[in-house]
Amino acid sequence: MSVGAARGLASSGQKPITEILHPLSAAEELLSPGPDVTVSVGGNREPGLTNGMTVETLSPASVSLLFNRLHLDDSLAEADTKDTYATTETRDLFVTVDDPKKHVSTMETYITYRVSTKTTRLEFDLPEYSVRRRYQDFDWLRMKLEDSQPTHLIPPLPEKFVMKGVVDRFSEEFVEKRMKALDKFLKRVADHPVLSFNPHLNTFLSAKDLNKRQGLALLTKVGESVKHVAGGYKLRARPAEFGTMGEYLDTFSQKLGTIDRIAQRILKEQSEYLTELREYGTVYSSWAGSEQELQRPLEGVAGCVSTCCGGLEDLSENMSQDFLPVLREYVLYIESMKNVLRKRDQSQAEYEGRLEAAILRKQEDGTPMPVEVEKCQDKVECFNADLKADWERWQHNKRQDFKQLLTGMADKNINYYEKCQAAWESLITLLQGKPTEDKTSETN
Amino acid sequence: MADDGKEESVATDDDSETGADGSLSNTMMEDGSTLLRRMEICVTEAEKRSGKNAVSMQETFTVYLVETRPIDASGEGHNPAPDSVWRRYSEFELLRNYLIVTYPYIVVPPLPEKRAEFVWHKLSADNMDPDFVERRRVGLENFLIRVASHPVLSNDKILYHFLTEEHGWKEVVYETGFQAKSDSRLRALSATFRVRNPDKRFMEMKHYSDELQSHLSQLLRARARVADRLYGVYKVHGNYGRVFSEWSAIEKEMGDGLQSAGHHMDAYAASIDDILEEEEHYADQLKEYLFYAEALRAVCRKHELTQFELEMASQDLISKKQQREELATGIVRTFSFKGMTHKLFGQEAPEQREARLKLVEELIAEGEETVKEKTIECEEHVERGWVDMHRFKEQKDKDLREALINYAVMQISMCKKGIQVWSNAKECFLKM
Repeated sequence: MSVGAARGLASSGQKPITEILHPLSAAEELLSPGPDVTVSVGGNREPGLTNGMTVETLSPASVSLLFNRLHLDDSLAEADTKDTYATTETRDLFVTVDDPKKHVSTMETYITYRVSTKTTRLEFDLPEYSVRRRYQDFDWLRMKLEDSQPTHLIPPLPEKFVMKGVVDRFSEEFVEKRMKALDKFLKRVADHPVLSFNPHLNTFLSAKDLNKRQGLALLTKVGESVKHVAGGYKLRARPAEFGTMGEYLDTFSQKLGTIDRIAQRILKEQSEYLTELREYGTVYSSWAGSEQELQRPLEGVAGCVSTCCGGLEDLSENMSQDFLPVLREYVLYIESMKNVLRKRDQSQAEYEGRLEAAILRKQEDGTPMPVEVEKCQDKVECFNADLKADWERWQHNKRQDFKQLLTGMADKNINYYEKCQAAWESLITLLQGKPTEDKTSETN
Repeated sequence: MADDGKEESVATDDDSETGADGSLSNTMMEDGSTLLRRMEICVTEAEKRSGKNAVSMQETFTVYLVETRPIDASGEGHNPAPDSVWRRYSEFELLRNYLIVTYPYIVVPPLPEKRAEFVWHKLSADNMDPDFVERRRVGLENFLIRVASHPVLSNDKILYHFLTEEHGWKEVVYETGFQAKSDSRLRALSATFRVRNPDKRFMEMKHYSDELQSHLSQLLRARARVADRLYGVYKVHGNYGRVFSEWSAIEKEMGDGLQSAGHHMDAYAASIDDILEEEEHYADQLKEYLFYAEALRAVCRKHELTQFELEMASQDLISKKQQREELATGIVRTFSFKGMTHKLFGQEAPEQREARLKLVEELIAEGEETVKEKTIECEEHVERGWVDMHRFKEQKDKDLREALINYAVMQISMCKKGIQVWSNAKECFLKM
């Protein structure tokens, strides 16, 4: 994909690193045989990097990451270090959710969606996949991601439960909304530099049958230390930046809730306005029936009103289909982020607790610092680093998302008014024409 | 609505060839000197007054200043001071009632409504409310202009006195005795039911006036409801202003864009007040024709009445003639009680019969006069009424067409404002 100029860099199939020739010849020297890569990935992401790279991760994924980042075009050079998430040139994994279908079985009725994947990544056996998944499967994926990457912010899913009597789970509207949210979820995961390499994602995207029992084994191994809530560890001092994050999230969530309420109120008022407007239009029509000279003008007005009604319907639908779901999604996102912050706090608390205990013991009987304490410290620092990186990333995405959302809202309103204006303007042309001469009215 | 200025001066006849009230120019030319051509008429001010009413109770009412100024042929830039009289609404009503009775074949222009109706919730239904008073002032001016430019009504002396003599006008009106001439409701209603051969055109016109009234009142009600709802939609958007402002406080890069966008949302919410106030003028135009429909129907009902009275008079004459025949020949054609009693109790003496015959002859002579009068009355009414109804129809078509155009213009203006505001907001969002 992005390294198309590379000779022999396969876009499919898994080849040993030795066979892959790096476009930058200097880098060739650094390639060592064997799947356990010792090619280093450093913090410097400039193209033409040739030296001083040390490996940090074990997965071959980091190599393709490197290859993907080293780009012959200068376009990557534009991306400053802060903005690595934004460039599409680096993306090598594309996912889409579409094509909802209803499945009826004796046990239950449910909807599945087609999940399509296109990728050049080596972790995937094939460059393209198309599988069908249901909401449960997405839920499973998210759970696995949360468990296996507890230090990262996992994007939210649309709401799981719907009140059976209130919302029709199979209505076109509902399914459409849900599908868009699932698509967004998957795209966010696929864009994430760490989450997108999660093996569960791989399974989700490629496996014919999602055998969810697989997950159990992994579940028991991973993340124990973080999940373990050491009873009674109290947090001493939360670093200021995480406190700020928490406060920000609280306030932001509140504001989003307010905006949601306002938007709903607007929808309600618009709906009532629409009802009255329709009635209003029909009165002009019926009046036209008893007039002669005024018949065409009155019917013209009725037509304009009708056009405006149509425009208003579109506007309202867009609000409820596109605008509100995004707001709600962010509220969910914030909730899950606050959870992660809490986990971080717990992690720090545990470390502090253990450290204190270890220090005391050392003082009492000279027992050296146990390794666990250092591991804890590492975990906390890791957690903090991951969280900070993800936070920046989230802030950036949030800004883009809301910019898009709000300009979209403005655009829809502009479209509505433009439509209405056009209708009324053509009516004036009609009305200003001579009463008895129809044809000449256009030339006015 | 007649081409009236909302502020000081009314359109003079220089302004429009077709006449300030929209009547066709040829109608004006026939009677080349409708009042409006000779003088400017404005209703310029309104004032509150207190006084004792007929039952000696203290009351507050509003008076309006009617100013008139003769249009000087030379017009050398010198502006003579206008004559002015203060009139209250009830005096306008008196004038109109006089005109209706005196010219029953004319579709008399209506007054603005006595009490505020078809109001949407933000509009006050209070007669003392300054906006209501203002709109009423405009309506009264419009009424005077319409009357003063009518080929027939504008020549009326009472109208002239109304405009020029403040005191003693009421007495003069009462002296005309018009109140005695007015038809009783009961008589008119009875005629409606019992008339046999009314002019078809008048019946169609009456039916049309019913339809017009029904449609216009439906329309006014629906419009008021729409205005209410639209108000709600706009005002809720104002809440965005506040929340964007609060949100911007916790943002860094997004803050400025959000804050400015919020201001635009506030502007959007505020813009509806002016928009709806302008729309009230459209509603007033519709209302005028709603009341005009009533005046149209009145002309038709008058026809029914005159026709009915003619029929009654003819009927009466026929039966009197029959009586004469019976008395003269002694043959009873139709059953009559008197005839029966004669048969049973014997005929009357010849002298009595002679006397009765003479009486009947006199009555027949009277009856023939009456029929003649009624026929003339009826025919005149039909002729003049048809002319004025035709004039009215053309005026109505023209005025309402213009009103619809103005309404469309208002809608376009509202759309443009909307586009402006949202474009501004969009720019702010893009800067986020």
